[in-house]
Amino acid sequence: MTDLETFRKEARSWLEANCPPEMRQPVKADDDVCWGGRNWVFSSPAQKQWLDVMAAKGWTVPDWPVAYGGGGLSPEQTKALRQEMAKLNCRSPLNSFGIWMLGPALLKFGTEEQKLHYLPQIARGEIRWCQGYSEPGSGSDLVSLQTFGEDKGDHWVVNGQKIWTSYADKADWIFCLVRTNKEDKYQGISFLLFDMTTPGVTTKPILLISGASPFCETFFDNVAVPKHQIVGELNRGWDVAKYLLGHEREMISGMGGDGGMASLGSFYADVLADNPVLRAEMAMFEVENLAFRAHSERFMDEWKTGRAHPAYSNLMKYVGTELNKSRHELVMAAGGSDALEWESARTNGGARPRAWLRTKANSIEGGTSEVMLNVVSKRILEMPGA
Amino acid sequence: MGLYHTEDQAMLKDSVAPFLAENGSIKQLRSLRDSNDATGFARDLWSQFAEMGLNGILIPEAEGGLGLGHVEAGIVLEEIGRNLTQSPFLSTAVAAVEALRSASADIRGQWFPKIAGGEAVIGLALEEGKKHNPAATALKAERSGNGFKLTGAKTFVVHGHVADLLLVSARTAGAAGEEAGITLFAVPRDAAGLTAEADRLVDSSMSARITLDGVQVDADAVIGEVDAGWAPLTALLNAGRLGASAELVGVGTGAMDMTFDYLKQRKQFGKVIGEFQALQHRAAHLYGEMEGARSIVLKAQHMLDDGDPRGEMFVSAAKAKAAKSTNLAVREGVQMHGGMGMTDAYDIGLYMKRDRALNEVFGDLYFHADKLAKMNGY
Repeated sequence: MTDLETFRKEARSWLEANCPPEMRQPVKADDDVCWGGRNWVFSSPAQKQWLDVMAAKGWTVPDWPVAYGGGGLSPEQTKALRQEMAKLNCRSPLNSFGIWMLGPALLKFGTEEQKLHYLPQIARGEIRWCQGYSEPGSGSDLVSLQTFGEDKGDHWVVNGQKIWTSYADKADWIFCLVRTNKEDKYQGISFLLFDMTTPGVTTKPILLISGASPFCETFFDNVAVPKHQIVGELNRGWDVAKYLLGHEREMISGMGGDGGMASLGSFYADVLADNPVLRAEMAMFEVENLAFRAHSERFMDEWKTGRAHPAYSNLMKYVGTELNKSRHELVMAAGGSDALEWESARTNGGARPRAWLRTKANSIEGGTSEVMLNVVSKRILEMPGA
Repeated sequence: MGLYHTEDQAMLKDSVAPFLAENGSIKQLRSLRDSNDATGFARDLWSQFAEMGLNGILIPEAEGGLGLGHVEAGIVLEEIGRNLTQSPFLSTAVAAVEALRSASADIRGQWFPKIAGGEAVIGLALEEGKKHNPAATALKAERSGNGFKLTGAKTFVVHGHVADLLLVSARTAGAAGEEAGITLFAVPRDAAGLTAEADRLVDSSMSARITLDGVQVDADAVIGEVDAGWAPLTALLNAGRLGASAELVGVGTGAMDMTFDYLKQRKQFGKVIGEFQALQHRAAHLYGEMEGARSIVLKAQHMLDDGDPRGEMFVSAAKAKAAKSTNLAVREGVQMHGGMGMTDAYDIGLYMKRDRALNEVFGDLYFHADKLAKMNGY
C-alpha cells in the first residue's frame, strides 16, 4: 500500500469514528453550515463537536502548516481527505472567508507574528472575517477605490464607505483595502486588518431580491487602525488584493456544482417524464455539470502543482458561476408552481426561489463574468489591445 | 493521480505531435482528397504508426503491444484530430482492440500482431440506421453447421471497403432494441457473400455500406459469448466514443488556435480585429468550452484506465461535451475568419467538415446526453 493509500484509509476510519451522524446529513438550513466567530450560535451540539474535533486535528485547514493550526497535509493528502469526506457525506466543519481568502493572503504576505496570531484563530473558527473591497463608485473598476487612511504616526485614521461587504454585520474583523496614497492609483492602496468593534465602524444590511441580506454597506468614521495591522508593504495592497481575488474566484467557481457530481435530473424524474423538452435541457445541463466537475478537479490539481496559468481562476469563476445560474433556472422550471412559494413551511420557507435569486449575484460578485472574459482574453489568450 | 499528463505521457505527446505535423498533416488530407484516393488514408503513414509502436498502444504487452491505456491512446488521437489526419487508428487500434480482448486466443493471436504491425485494418460494422443505435441491431445470425450464417446490412463502416476484418454486431436472439441477444462476430472482409460499397463523406473519409448475404462463419468467430455480445460491444464503444472525444478535442483545439491566430493578424477599421471586445468575449468563452471538454475527456480516460464503474457514464458526458465544444469551435472559427472561412483554400472549413463526421461517429451530442439522462434514471 502506498503512503497515500495508507493515509486515505486512516483518514476514513478517523472520519467514521469522529464525524457525528447529524453532520452527515445534507445541509438544509442556512445555520446548518458553521461560520464560526465570537457570536456564532451552534445549531446543535454535534455542530460544535464536529468543529472542535476537526480543528484539533488541524483539518479545518488541512493543507496549512501545523504551526498555524493546520493539518500539514500535502496537496494529494488534502484531496484524498476531501474525497473521503464527500464519500461519507461529511459536512464542512467550518465555512469562512478567513480560510478561503485571508488565510492564503497571510500565508503569502503576512509576517511570522501575524501568521502565528491570526491563522490559528481562523483555523479554530474563533474569529469571523469579512472583506472590505467594493465601494459605491468602485465595482468592476475596483482600483478606483476612495476609502482613505490618513497617516497619524503609529496609526491610520480611516474614513470612507464599503459596499457588498458579505456578512459585515456578523463579522468580528475585516480585511480592507484602503487608499494610503492619493497620487498613485495602483501603488497607493494598503491592505489593513481591523476589529469591527473599533469605534467608528457601522454596518447596514442591504435587502436583496432574494429577501435575504447577506451583504452590507459598511461605514468608517475616523476609525483608528494601528500600523502593525497592515498585510504586505505600505501602498502595495493591490498585490495582496489581486492574489486574494484569485482565491475568491477559485472559491466562487467551486459553487458551480453545489450539488456536486450527483445528478440533478434524477430528483425530478417524474416531472421530466412528462416534459420532454425540459428533460432535454436537464440532460444538457448534466453534461455541462460533469464537465465542470472534471474541469474543477483538473484546475485544482494543476493549480496546486504550479501547472495552471496564473489567470486561470478567472476562467473557472466565469464557467462555474454561469453553470450555477443555469442549475437554479432548471430547479425553478422543474419545481413548477411549488418553486414559486416564497413563504411556506411546505416548501422550506421559499428556499428554492430565494436560492435561485441569490445565484444571480454569482456572476457579479468577485468580478463580473464580463470582466472575467476580459481577463481571460487578454492574459491567457493574449488578445491585443489595452 | 492528478488530473494532468504524467511525464511519460507528456513525452509521448512530444514525440507524436511533431511526427504527425510532419507526416499526417492537412496537406496530406488535401492530397488524398484531390487525387480522389480510393483507400481513404495513407498506407505509408499507417506503416509508420506501426514502426513507432502506436498501433499496439492498447494491446497487452504479453501479446506484443505497448500495454498502455486510454490516456495514451487519447494523446495520439488528439494529434490526429489537430492535423485532420485520415487514419484507421481509432477504429482499428483503439475500438477494435478493446473488443478483441474478449476474443478467443486464436483470433487474438491472429489479429493482434497484424494490428500492431500495421498489416491489418479493422472495420466496425455496427450501424444499421442513420443514427447511432447499437441496441437496434437486427442483422440476423442463424446457427448453421459448426458456426453461424449472417444476413443483413450495415452502414457507416469507416474504411470498411479496405478493411481486412470486420467486427459485425448481429442478432442471435431477442428483438431489435434489446441489449441482450446480440452477438459480436469477427468476419474477414473477403468472406463469401460479403460486399462493401464505399462512399466519400463530407470530411473526405471513405465509409462503406456492407451487405452480408448468408455469410458463413465458424463458431470461434464469436467475440465473447453468444447472445452476450453487449459486453465486448460496450468495451468497444467505450473506447471508440472516448477516442472520438479525444480526437474531437484535437479538432476543436486546432480550429480554435487557428482562429485565435487569425484574430491577432486580420486588420479592419484600422485595428487588429482581436482588439474588439465583441470577439474577445466570444474567444474567451470558446476557450472555456474547449477546456471543459479537455477536462471531462481526461477524467473519463482516467476512469476507464482505473476500471471505475462510472466510466461508461463519464464517457457519454465526454463525447457529448467534446461534440458540443468542438462544434462551437468550428462554427466560431468559420464565422471569425469572415469570407476567408468560406474558401476551400483556408483550412478552417476542413475542421468544420471533420467535426461534423466525428460528431456522428459512435453517437452524437443528443444520443449521449439522452444516455446520460437514462443512466441517471430519467
